[in-house]
Amino acid sequence: MPPDWSPLWLSLRYAGLATLLAILVALPLGWLLERRRFTGSNLLNAAVNLPLVLPPAVLVYYLLARLGLWPLHFNWHTATGVSAIYTLPLLLRLTWPGLAAVDHSFENAARGLGAGEWRIFWRITLPLAWRALFGAVLAGFARAFVDFFATALVAANTAYGAGSVWLILLVAAASMAALYVGSWVWRGQAPA
Amino acid sequence: MIQARLAAHGVDVEFQAGSGITALFGAAGAGKTLILDAIAGFVTPASGRVILDDKIVFDAASRVNLPPRSRHCAYVARHWALFPHMSVHDNLLFPLAGLPRLERHRRVKEMLERFTLQEAAPRRPHEVSPAERLRATVARALIGEPKLLLVDEPAAGLDIALRAEWYKILRLVRDETSLPMLLAARDPETCFELARNMLLLDGGRILQSGPPRKVFDQPVGVEAARLLGIRNLFPAEIVALDPGRNTSRLRLENFELTGPYLPGRLRGDRVWLCVEPGRLLAAPHDGAKPSMNQVAARLERASETPDAVRLEFAGGIVAEIARRDFEPQPKDNDNKEWLVEFPPNALRVLGCP
Repeated sequence: MPPDWSPLWLSLRYAGLATLLAILVALPLGWLLERRRFTGSNLLNAAVNLPLVLPPAVLVYYLLARLGLWPLHFNWHTATGVSAIYTLPLLLRLTWPGLAAVDHSFENAARGLGAGEWRIFWRITLPLAWRALFGAVLAGFARAFVDFFATALVAANTAYGAGSVWLILLVAAASMAALYVGSWVWRGQAPA
Repeated sequence: MIQARLAAHGVDVEFQAGSGITALFGAAGAGKTLILDAIAGFVTPASGRVILDDKIVFDAASRVNLPPRSRHCAYVARHWALFPHMSVHDNLLFPLAGLPRLERHRRVKEMLERFTLQEAAPRRPHEVSPAERLRATVARALIGEPKLLLVDEPAAGLDIALRAEWYKILRLVRDETSLPMLLAARDPETCFELARNMLLLDGGRILQSGPPRKVFDQPVGVEAARLLGIRNLFPAEIVALDPGRNTSRLRLENFELTGPYLPGRLRGDRVWLCVEPGRLLAAPHDGAKPSMNQVAARLERASETPDAVRLEFAGGIVAEIARRDFEPQPKDNDNKEWLVEFPPNALRVLGCP
């Protein structure tokens, strides 16, 4: 009997797609958080990192599905989306220092030479940070590939038992607050 | 031609500069780089106005703030900032985006020849010699035909041979073009080598401006003199003025000196006196009575410079004498008493502190 390769294929497919989705968000977000200071940047940082401290069941099922924020049909598209959300903080954590390590004097030199921000990002920042970004993508892919929960969602195709949405909301809010404070402590500025 | 009035992060300056090199001279933290960054558009000043060739590139009052790419100010950063992932050729090509292909190649070829970079062209910046890196940096800054060249701390950290090469390159640019250049400098040598004018900066303010020779010869005050590294600064009181003999009598902390007549000063005025170390005369004390303007002083330290011997005496007096005039004392001779002579025409008086 030939071996059944479909689980491997499924995992590769959804991990690859999830990583792609996550890096498409992480790259501009990392650049934005690293290069610009704007109102709400710490809040955004905290929100992106929320999956780090909330179990997938809590975030996905209770917050998104039961509050109706995301109509959840348990199939592999959903699994990819969930996996992307969970890969994002890791990717952001890894791309951010990579972008930060690019010496600003290169970018400023390019500005003085008449280059716009978009061209600077593609021609200067990205090529100079590619090692860090490549490492981030690999780590993100590995994270998505071994992720059990997304697979479980697809495989089990079942809803979790009932729980108090409000209690979960409270936990989520507390986690968010902790991340928010952590974010501005880490970046060395007061909450904005 | 650039006119700038800027206030940002503790810096508050107003100046204008025409073609040739204008040096911003000051210690670390005086605001040199911040001024360059504000003109380039990397930093937005709280108030002020920057006009470049009759075009307003920044005006806080009318909220004009052109992005750096529209200001046409090429910036040579402290560590050159040649893009490490591109060849020298591609570095030169970078500012020319948007030009027709033929024109791009014509300009790159011309610049490579002008700065003798033909051999370095296909290589990455880390594969070429430091001198070629310097030339490539300047070539890249000039290739887009900027209206202003901003140069941050050029000679900082360069060895002597490279420094000479660097001065040569900038002199070439200065003499061949009418481009205004602003150059942040931390040592007087750079100002003298290159600059037509200099702005003496301290704590974000301009203390003095003018040609380097004039600034160094006539510092406006004791702060300016200290920043310029002028040694032998002594507070003194005018105890006598004799217009007839064209002399003055100055009392220092421990001794009195005869100096030139000081027009516009009154008896009892407190002034700052300065003497170039090279113009003091010094000889070991042989026991004779000191004559006019000679002061007995104890030698604390003697150190050699490339072309002289620097003698540091008690009381903060520093003299530099030719090496042949300095006869090293025998080891067993503990006579450290010297006679230091202050020639009247070497004494200069700064404005009162």
